[in-house]
Amino acid sequence: MATRHSRSAARLMMAPAVILLLGWMLVPLTMTLFFSFKKYLPLRGGDLGWVGFDNYTRFVTSSSFWPSVLTTLIIVGGVLLITVVLGVLLAILLDQPMWGQGIVRILVIAPFFVMPTVSALVWKNMFMDPVNGLLAHLWKFFGAQPVEWLSDASIFSIVLIVAWQWLPFATLILLTSIQSLDSEQLEAAEMDGAPPLARFGFITLPHLSRAITIVVLIQTIFLLAIFAEIFVTTGGSFGTRTLTYLIFQRVLESQNVGLGSAGGVYAIILANIVALFLMRIVGKNLDA
Amino acid sequence: MGRIVLDKVKKIFGDITVIPPLDLEINDGEFVVFVGPSGCGKSTLLRLIAGLEDITSGHVEIDGVNATDVPPAKRRLAMVFQSYALYPHMSVRKNIAFPLRMAGLEKAEQDRKVEAAASVLNLTDYLDRRPGQLSGGQRQRVAIGRAIVREPAAFLFDEPLSNLDAALRGNMRLEITELHQTLKTTMVYVTHDQVEAMTMADKIVVLNEGRIEQVGSPLDLYRHPANLFVAGFIGSPRMNLIEGAEATRRDAATIGVRPEHMTLSTEAGDWTGTVGVAEHLGSDTFVHVQLDDVGPVTARASGEISLGHGDRVHLTPDPAQIYRFDAAGSAL
Ligand SMILES: Nc1ncnc2c1ncn2[C@@H]1O[C@H](COP(=O)(O)OP(=O)(O)OP(=O)(O)O)[C@@H](O)[C@H]1O
Ligand SMILES: [Mg+2]
Repeated sequence: MATRHSRSAARLMMAPAVILLLGWMLVPLTMTLFFSFKKYLPLRGGDLGWVGFDNYTRFVTSSSFWPSVLTTLIIVGGVLLITVVLGVLLAILLDQPMWGQGIVRILVIAPFFVMPTVSALVWKNMFMDPVNGLLAHLWKFFGAQPVEWLSDASIFSIVLIVAWQWLPFATLILLTSIQSLDSEQLEAAEMDGAPPLARFGFITLPHLSRAITIVVLIQTIFLLAIFAEIFVTTGGSFGTRTLTYLIFQRVLESQNVGLGSAGGVYAIILANIVALFLMRIVGKNLDA
Repeated sequence: MGRIVLDKVKKIFGDITVIPPLDLEINDGEFVVFVGPSGCGKSTLLRLIAGLEDITSGHVEIDGVNATDVPPAKRRLAMVFQSYALYPHMSVRKNIAFPLRMAGLEKAEQDRKVEAAASVLNLTDYLDRRPGQLSGGQRQRVAIGRAIVREPAAFLFDEPLSNLDAALRGNMRLEITELHQTLKTTMVYVTHDQVEAMTMADKIVVLNEGRIEQVGSPLDLYRHPANLFVAGFIGSPRMNLIEGAEATRRDAATIGVRPEHMTLSTEAGDWTGTVGVAEHLGSDTFVHVQLDDVGPVTARASGEISLGHGDRVHLTPDPAQIYRFDAAGSAL
């Protein structure tokens, strides 16, 4: 690939893939930008012309904007907290030599392969249903009144469902990181008089810090966009309307494409800020 | 104080016996080197002493106290690992202070001890760097620094120099020996390099497949190897081991002659042969000779001699320096 000739040939051969990917990304992006500057109500008059930044100001000044930001933060933060803490513990557990390690690892990873819609429906109907759900039976077994999970503890329920889906991802990344920890460091710390908890705090956790950062950033990008889990469980009610869900409601329920598109542009900017951090950290990782 | 006694110590991994029951005494202040080929159980033995591996049977005594079930941290032993095992996210200062911090020492006291260790090891200028920003030799010194601040009863070294280049290895060898002379603390040192063993040890323990072949001072082992294994392992280049008619003539199954105990001549001698390769080191020349009746041997000549491939030479072994071994390999 050194000569000028081979380089231009390579460029030519990569072109179809690059053009396809660019088109795939650019067409929706341009359309979103295009509509965000228009008043466009498909069922109420259609395209009503350019309105400048009107949609942008209306989106952030609407009464549902800040609550939805708060809900988003709670859900993203809650899922991150649960997946990172449990992920670290599970990774340490899976790193121990034990019988049937291969099968246990596959089982731990399994939830990641279940589609969000399916897993949310399974949780909703099999676990959290206040009449027939397993949790309801458990509560009744102990003589307690079954909890109406999706209405009384709606945000917590969604955090639980989403955390269950993302735990395998966190565990997997943290496990590979733990496996790269030099066991002699732990032995050295042991000889230096560090008890197990101190070894975890002074050696294992700092070693994991980069992997944890990466888990947090990658998950944040995906968690900002969770939709199916909310759609099939609470449908955005009981205070579970996230930013993404708000955009969906603006476009499809209120049939206001322009307003929804403006929200979409905010979401793109937000995701890109997180992605920027992610790329800098991953880049630093590759340098080190 | 740092007297370590191993009593019938045995180690089994799964169904492989890595160390068959073994007895050994390491006296206070001694520099003991475990030497042996790769995989003979040197590291395992060191880790058994450190407490990082459980002993299958037998017991370890440190300063007269049975330490078999004492956890590593409580044995008052410090270990320097082959990979150095420095904590990468801590500065050199924090690395060295770590054992003191774990022991709950006061900050000022920690600082004082770290500074003292750093000045002994020439690390004062590097105290605020991370291990990743140091050279191999400096990392090695940090690892040693982390060991000396604890003022342990004994130091354990597992091939600490094997990651360094030849020149640096020579320097560090001297530094560790000097450290031993100033601290006068027991040191147990594992290596597979017999030059390190010969130059550093008060006492060498030659291991082979987990068994102790011989224990003694370096010159003891050089002058009176107990068996073929030790004879072949100690000394560089290796002792020439000769079987057949020459050995039978001397009532032995095998005889051994060191390269430095043969006289090389171009005119006359006991054995005659053809030069294969001559290695010119300047101070010495090692000549690999294919002897007509005896087989291949290596001889050492001091200084430079102009011999080359195909030349005919005569070798005469010094009769007082011929080692004799019986069929089982023991010295006669
Ligand atoms: N954790 C373990 N499980 C099973 N076998 C082991 C284990 N550790 C070591 N062994 C075996 O014990 C034997 C001795 O190993 P050890 O590491 O003590 O050798 P060594 O003399 O230090 O060799 P080297 O010079 O290569 O470091 C080897 O055959 C090795 O395969
Ligand atoms: Mg070893």
